[in-house]
Amino acid sequence: MSKIFETPLYPYVRSVDQDAGEPVRHPVIIVGAGPVGLAVAIDLAQQGVPVVVLDENDKVSFGSRAICFSKRTLEIMDRLGCGDAYVNKGVLWNVGKVFFGDRKVYDFNLLPEDGHKRPAFINLQQYYCELFLVERLRDLQAEGRPIEIRGNSKVSGVESRAGGCRITVATPDGPYDLACDWLIACDGAGSPVRRMMGLDFIGRVFEDNFLIADVTMKADFPTERWFWFDPPFNKGQSALLHKQPDGVWRIDLQLGWDIDKEAEKQPERVIPRLKQMLGEEVEFDLEWVSIYTFQCRRMEKFRHGRVLFAGDSAHQVSPFGARGANSGFQDAENLVWKLKLVLDGKAPESLLDSYDQERVFAADENILNSSRSTDFITPKSEISRIFRDAVLDLSETESFARPLVNSGRLSMPAVYDGSPLNGADGAELPVRTRPGAPAVDAPLAGGWLIDRLGGSFQLLGIGCKVPDSLTLCGIEVRGLGVAEPGEALAARYLGEAPQAVYLLRPDQHIAARWTGFDQDEVDKALRRALGISEQDQAGEA
Amino acid sequence: MTTQHQLQGFARPDDFYADLLAAHEGLTKSESDALNARLILLLAAQIGDGEALKDCLKRAKAVG
Repeated sequence: MSKIFETPLYPYVRSVDQDAGEPVRHPVIIVGAGPVGLAVAIDLAQQGVPVVVLDENDKVSFGSRAICFSKRTLEIMDRLGCGDAYVNKGVLWNVGKVFFGDRKVYDFNLLPEDGHKRPAFINLQQYYCELFLVERLRDLQAEGRPIEIRGNSKVSGVESRAGGCRITVATPDGPYDLACDWLIACDGAGSPVRRMMGLDFIGRVFEDNFLIADVTMKADFPTERWFWFDPPFNKGQSALLHKQPDGVWRIDLQLGWDIDKEAEKQPERVIPRLKQMLGEEVEFDLEWVSIYTFQCRRMEKFRHGRVLFAGDSAHQVSPFGARGANSGFQDAENLVWKLKLVLDGKAPESLLDSYDQERVFAADENILNSSRSTDFITPKSEISRIFRDAVLDLSETESFARPLVNSGRLSMPAVYDGSPLNGADGAELPVRTRPGAPAVDAPLAGGWLIDRLGGSFQLLGIGCKVPDSLTLCGIEVRGLGVAEPGEALAARYLGEAPQAVYLLRPDQHIAARWTGFDQDEVDKALRRALGISEQDQAGEA
Repeated sequence: MTTQHQLQGFARPDDFYADLLAAHEGLTKSESDALNARLILLLAAQIGDGEALKDCLKRAKAVG
């Protein structure tokens, strides 16, 4: 049986566009059918925007690659119709163990906060993540949604013009040209679109190689995350063991910079290392081996006229903290609602500059976190190794030292503090739900808050009436009233206040909040969240 | 001008100094380095406050 990632899922089919006399124009073309490209496509198609996805091959991710998906990703997937598929297949874990040298220094239980529909995160192979998205795309097609994926269609030329782009697509039948109003480049860290446009991708290079081995254990092995600093089987380096679905374990071994990549990938080199790590008596099969290097870097700007970059094409981080694919999904959700409003003529094109501002801010946060993890895991000087080892030595007996142990800070959604889209902030409401923050889930009678949010602007009234529907700036703002909030909802949204009104964006982020309902205030905050400048407003009046 | 944090100072300076030297007695350079690192982390955790810690780093760097 061939593996999922060896099976063509969207083989090349000749498109009618290839036989058109003139380049056919599409509103949105997405380059790349990885997790981010597919998420953008599905989100747009669900809202009725016609999309064409072009991918240079016809298969899902080769190998497991990204394997940790955060709660925020699952919430986004719920909105895209894939949340259950992810969670049903994914592996949940809570226990982690930290080893230093030849001994375990401590273990921990994540004990995720109660009152959320989705867990803190799940482990799932990237090929499943993409497979479920492709299946969702096929379902949307079956419903007649305007979404199309073209395999073996490699973008070989990009010409950015005022009001759109012209691209050339290479296929097994030869090249053809397409035109589009908007081009979304989700074509990965090596982004050919970025390269063809001659754009920068600047940051810090970490001179390091990592060996990834996926192994299938023949006997039971605990569902835990094990992280080794300086283990005897990989002296001076690090190692990670993490469970994936189907009885597959991911093993990451840091190899350093000056190595023979081909030799290190050979089973006769890999298997003895793994035996040392897992114990001689543990039997396993090697499923997939790969070596990767990484950098922490980003583009200076994610928007270049009518070309928008999302995911790894725009920013690249080290793998510690699972901030690659997870942040890419957050790019997708941030971008799509803005693009939809711009396409509908309900927001100025400049709203898309806030995509750049908010997601550059998020990328910097991710780069900072993943660089710090990398600096802890791979000390760059004698004194940094002395401190790192001191932290690990202390962590065995001193609980104060454990928060300093940094084997990756798990991806958390960015709070867009300082975003130009943020509106009023009611005094004394809880910090975690301030403007710019993603909505925090909480139980509601018969379900979850997070399932009731998203897809459009919304007013959430807690202990306070809000209109069921309001039309402001030509946009419908739906209302959700919760007369008697439960404990978690009150703690997360009210704090000490008796009541509150929240304005939420279509991506479930909080735009503004007050301690009472005032339509003029909502109108003002909505204009701000739509990127309608005060000058425009004066012009209207 | 930024005001310096008020340090607690020592109740028995000579005792502390003697204890510090005694703790390092008989250690190799690398063992002493490791001990110092652990000690800095413990003392920093004892202080806790981020501004006070930044102030200590600044003052330590300003001399020598």
